[in-house]
Amino acid sequence: MDFLDYAFMQRALLAAVLVGVTAPAIGIYLVQRRQALMGDGIGHVAMTGVGLGFLLSASPVWMATLTSVLGAVLMELIRWYGRTRGDIALAMLFYGGMAGGVMFINLAPGGSNANLTSYLFGSLSTVSPSDVTAICLLAAFVVLVTLGLRRQLFAVSQDEEFARVTGLPVRALNLLTAVTAAVTVTVAMRVVGLLLVSALMVVPVAAAQQLSRSFAATFAIAVAIGVSVTIGGTVTSYYQDVPPGATIVLLTIAAFVLLTALAAPLSRRRARAAAATLPAEDPAECVVPAAREPDGKVGV
Amino acid sequence: MTSEPVISLRGVHAELGSRPVLRGIDLTVTRGEVVALLGANGSGKSTAIRSIIGQVPLSAGEIELFGTPRRQFRNWARVGYVPQRTTAAGGVPATVTEIVSSGRLSRARFGVLRKADHAAVHRALELVGMADRAKDSVNALSGGQHQRVLIARALAAEPELLIMDEPMAGVDLASQEVLARTLREQVAQGVSVLLVLHELGPLEPLIDRAVVLRDGCVLHDGPPPRAVGQHALPGHDHVHPHEPTPARTGLLS
Repeated sequence: MDFLDYAFMQRALLAAVLVGVTAPAIGIYLVQRRQALMGDGIGHVAMTGVGLGFLLSASPVWMATLTSVLGAVLMELIRWYGRTRGDIALAMLFYGGMAGGVMFINLAPGGSNANLTSYLFGSLSTVSPSDVTAICLLAAFVVLVTLGLRRQLFAVSQDEEFARVTGLPVRALNLLTAVTAAVTVTVAMRVVGLLLVSALMVVPVAAAQQLSRSFAATFAIAVAIGVSVTIGGTVTSYYQDVPPGATIVLLTIAAFVLLTALAAPLSRRRARAAAATLPAEDPAECVVPAAREPDGKVGV
Repeated sequence: MTSEPVISLRGVHAELGSRPVLRGIDLTVTRGEVVALLGANGSGKSTAIRSIIGQVPLSAGEIELFGTPRRQFRNWARVGYVPQRTTAAGGVPATVTEIVSSGRLSRARFGVLRKADHAAVHRALELVGMADRAKDSVNALSGGQHQRVLIARALAAEPELLIMDEPMAGVDLASQEVLARTLREQVAQGVSVLLVLHELGPLEPLIDRAVVLRDGCVLHDGPPPRAVGQHALPGHDHVHPHEPTPARTGLLS
């Protein structure tokens, strides 16, 4: 455990754990509403913020937060009003965001695409104390929203039309989901990078689904997977000199594969248990009626 | 039975895209009444239902719920809604209880469910005969059971008015019987019901009045066609004798 002696590793681990908690916590609602790739879109928009941060000599983390929140709100507005060809509008937003990032960073004094790389793929070892402060504050916001409003967010993500009739402020909750996802993207930006952040939002949830039957269990397992892989990836990268972002994402996918393999016998056992509780006259397997000829009347 | 309307539509027009779907609908459901909305595909049944809950914007006309203009209506706990769905499942596994609990949010303050709320959720599950499946994932259910879960979700708030969009679609006979019994119990307690149906089926004895739509207009508003089969179908054009309702004559084109 000698890695804990270094201040940069302590910061890296703290940031990694916070990402491991927040990314699946908001990701589960995106997966539930079948917008699994929204995090990816927000990541592209956040690049413009990073570029602006360099250009204006402001904190790239806070500028990225600002632009990705604006981008996420814009995506929600497109979803409401631009029913026709919403996908095209979203594509323009994504690629406009990416192009904007490259443009601004090259306009910045002494800036080049090399500066962008640490944001695209993460740069865990260079997380500064001020980054840690920002990440802690943003992560607290994400946890507060995703746990505090879990019933409302569950209802809206499950069935928007029904949620409206329960009197929930559906639009406000949709906007909040988008903003929270945007905040999570910027929390994860330094750890796994903008291009890989969506993996941590989606894959732990997909892996957890292999084992769980309820939303609450899926949430808990997804966060547990998120924390395990971010710690595992950070520590691995310390000893093996591999990029932490990519290590974390590959570990997440490995967890998915492992749990999928484990889940098959589990679901078989559940099916057997369910069959045991069925009434006796309703067998779980098809039964071919016995040939009707014991008394010899119906010969074929 | 008082004649206080729980739902009232007057001259409702609505468009989807630029295509007029509702062309001046008048529809009233009074307290304790069970009204079936019938019509062929594309006649505007679902649009009419969805305009009542505010999912489809009106281009003209007025809608009132419990005497309050819909835009000002906030007391959604009085309304139970069953949308047209073939599944209760979303992108993430959820148990039957988790789904039905979201129907109770209209009565819960700040989204916190108390003991009484959990009891109401359990009662709703018992009403549709799904209490023994409460902890199961909805992914493990049959089509009819999905529909029972969706109805339990609407009942969890203990509403005074049920609005259902094709609750019998894709439902096996056993579940249809359960749903008919559930609805009968609700009606006996004074709940008003507006439901879209393709055919009257096992609900026929419950229905007080049928409103038949065609091309976004009210074609018939009166006693339900008693015979099942052809008479239940829209496009069955003979004039049913019923009390004159002058406000509607202009629409029976």
